[in-house]
Amino acid sequence: MVEQSRVALELRDVAKSFGAVAALRSGTLVVERGSIHALVGENGAGKSTLVKIVAGVHRRDSGTFRLHGEDVDFASTAESKGSGVAVIYQEPTLFPDLSVTENIFMGRQPRSRFGRIDRGAMHREALELFARLGVEIDPRRPALGLSIADQQIIEIAKAISLDASVLIMDEPTAALSGVEVERLFAVARSLRDEGRALVFISHRFEEVFALCDTVTVMRDGAYVSTDPIAEITVDDIVSRMVGREVADLFPKTPATIGEPVLEVEGLERAGVFHDVSFTVRAGEIVGLAGLVGAGRSEIARAVFGVDGYDAGSVRLAGRPVKPRNPRAAIRSGMAFVPEDRRKQGLVTDGSVARNVAGVIRGGLARAGLLTSAAENRAAGPWAAKLEVKTSALDMHAATMSGGNQQKVVIAKWLATDPTLLIIDEPTRGIDVGTKAEVHRLLSELAGEGLAILMISSELPEVLGMADRVLVVCEGRITADIDRADATPENVMRAATNATSHTAEEVPA
Amino acid sequence: MSTLTQPTGTASTPAPEVRTYASYSRPYWQRVVLSREFAVIALLVAVFVYSQSQVDYFDGPQTLYYLFRDTASILLLALPMTAIIVTGEIDLSVASIVGLTSVAFGMLHVDAGMSVTLAAVLAVAIGAVCGAFNGFLVAYVGLPSIAVTIGTLALFRGIGAGLLGTESRTDFPDSWTDLAKERIVEGQPYPMILIPFAVLAVLFALMLHFSSFGRGIYEIGLNDEAAHFTGVDVARTKAVLFVLSGTVAGFVGIYTTLVTGVARAENSTGLELPVIAACLLGGVSIFGGKGALHGVIAGVLLIGVIQRAMLLESFTINIINITIGVLLVLSVMSTSLLALGRRAVAAGRGARDSRRPPSAPASGR
Repeated sequence: MVEQSRVALELRDVAKSFGAVAALRSGTLVVERGSIHALVGENGAGKSTLVKIVAGVHRRDSGTFRLHGEDVDFASTAESKGSGVAVIYQEPTLFPDLSVTENIFMGRQPRSRFGRIDRGAMHREALELFARLGVEIDPRRPALGLSIADQQIIEIAKAISLDASVLIMDEPTAALSGVEVERLFAVARSLRDEGRALVFISHRFEEVFALCDTVTVMRDGAYVSTDPIAEITVDDIVSRMVGREVADLFPKTPATIGEPVLEVEGLERAGVFHDVSFTVRAGEIVGLAGLVGAGRSEIARAVFGVDGYDAGSVRLAGRPVKPRNPRAAIRSGMAFVPEDRRKQGLVTDGSVARNVAGVIRGGLARAGLLTSAAENRAAGPWAAKLEVKTSALDMHAATMSGGNQQKVVIAKWLATDPTLLIIDEPTRGIDVGTKAEVHRLLSELAGEGLAILMISSELPEVLGMADRVLVVCEGRITADIDRADATPENVMRAATNATSHTAEEVPA
Repeated sequence: MSTLTQPTGTASTPAPEVRTYASYSRPYWQRVVLSREFAVIALLVAVFVYSQSQVDYFDGPQTLYYLFRDTASILLLALPMTAIIVTGEIDLSVASIVGLTSVAFGMLHVDAGMSVTLAAVLAVAIGAVCGAFNGFLVAYVGLPSIAVTIGTLALFRGIGAGLLGTESRTDFPDSWTDLAKERIVEGQPYPMILIPFAVLAVLFALMLHFSSFGRGIYEIGLNDEAAHFTGVDVARTKAVLFVLSGTVAGFVGIYTTLVTGVARAENSTGLELPVIAACLLGGVSIFGGKGALHGVIAGVLLIGVIQRAMLLESFTINIINITIGVLLVLSVMSTSLLALGRRAVAAGRGARDSRRPPSAPASGR
């Protein structure tokens, strides 16, 4: 296969679990020196976990991890950096109030006599670095106010000044405009020509084909294939990314679809989503598919009123819903299970009873008094309906598993007797058993006439559960596909296709 | 005593058996006794009983009367302060509002010739406006309350000093100044001020512990984002609490003026610190989300009893301050240590839950 001495980074059969959740089952990635290696896969395929193991954020449970032929095991990001690995994230974290130069040399400033920081040397070296990268950034200006593209360049400059031999870029182009992408690519190519190994993670196939030499596909936490870019097509990659059987996993029961419940018209928020219009009917599950960062959650948050919007209207059962007012949305009959359970979905330091009764508690007061007893009485049946596993209603949600917490959040919203349920990533980070329970529940609720808007990054979940799939790409709905016509391929294509020709509209 | 899973063949849910849950994981006595509030109350009782028997003159007729009369301001101010700290905010300007409303009350009555009642109503209104100013900046502009109220601490005191300079107003009707000092029942050690305090304490307890609004206060302190997602109006809740704080401070301004007989800008300077200290001693977490009113009231009285007893034992004020300072540090430490221990236990039990699935936010995947 590959000549050993040319291999910079080698991971084989690397596994990593977080409790019951296997984030990475068998990750394999072999990157040669002087090459740009694409790593592609669906959301949740395990790419980021693999990157974090290389970066020293996580420690692998098993598998081989070699750097330039030597076994390594990073316990911290500092060790990883010290061994010549640099990771550039989508949104770099610079110190905004320090100058560009200070950011590059943070923590290892060159010293002059008497141990003082040698600003002259620092400045000269920064100028040299930028000249080498062919970019024009004033090293003296503060990092505050730099575009994301410039911030990434600074991260790259930092990596070069550390003489990193392996550079990993995790979706670096997601927030860049066309010109900025070209500049980044030029820098990446020059680094490759210097003999460094680069790993490029992206959802945009045009970019993968334009930049990379080799491509590795991952799916479900495992390695699928590695091919030279010249010997593979977009269709091959897509089918390898999604190649799972969707059948039977999802107990979708047909429901009678009724009147429109949610009508969204021309919803717009500058730089986030544009001209979003759709309808959800009673008994219908509408899946909102797309890549992470496409604007799906933002649309849901605007509909529910957690965030505002600039234009458009939201109507529930024919009545306009006040914007930017979650209480009004709740009163009109909306329920919203948000993306991040721990931060948004529930109060983890609160009891199960108070969480479940959290929305309906206003109606539980007797003679103006709200007692714990009333909350417990109201919460008990809903916790039971969802089969929440807890020893008592005063247990804090923080001690529960992700699946159990999700049940608490769903119980809290079902208790409001909603007509529309918006559910963002219904099964993220929960175990397989609970996953199936949640799917069965959603199907049942739709059967009872509830309108459901489901956002999911898991393609099989969308295809298995939804009556209709709306695909969001860069803030626009790019496809509206019926259950019968929806395939992994046409959804994936709609989720990625608009990237190249709408580059100017991407918010920088 | 923990799990109660009773199979009952109800057909209302899809599951063949319906789970029922115990309301509480611990029996009633444990929930009462093993609480921070109970510890403070127990300590208060212990110190009180000790002082009654061991400290000369502590059981005299004047001791308790002056204890209540002097701590009344702190007791009153601690009520809204508890709610504000539970949301994770703080109000450092309360003592300055007391000073300003004292000046306003004195000038409105003496200089403008208003009746005591009308001057008092206006002074309370001024307190409410001061609180609304704080509340607006914190809740709607989104500024940190510690910075805002440090600013208004100087601002409100400064306005009071500007109005009255170093002068004072002392010309109040005896009927009113006597009322402020009077006892509820002659011969008993309970001053009149305890009546409005008791009324307010009940109202604040109902608000904080027995209302949907109060549940929102705790949720904001624990996780304001989740509160917002649940339909709690975070900004309005905070604004209301600051207005309440200003209003109560206005009332305290009048009480202080009448009980001392002097309206001046320096009244109650520095009083915000004992108020906050008592809240923390009473079990309110400075990070928000935790605390109860009965603990805070016990905390105020505990500090008061210790001060009285040590004064009677002729300790100097420095020794008294050191003692109370040490007690406060110990109490704050005990909360952290307890929490640390509990977290260690919870982490051992549910280690996998505290870690996040691969969607950890840092990657921005």
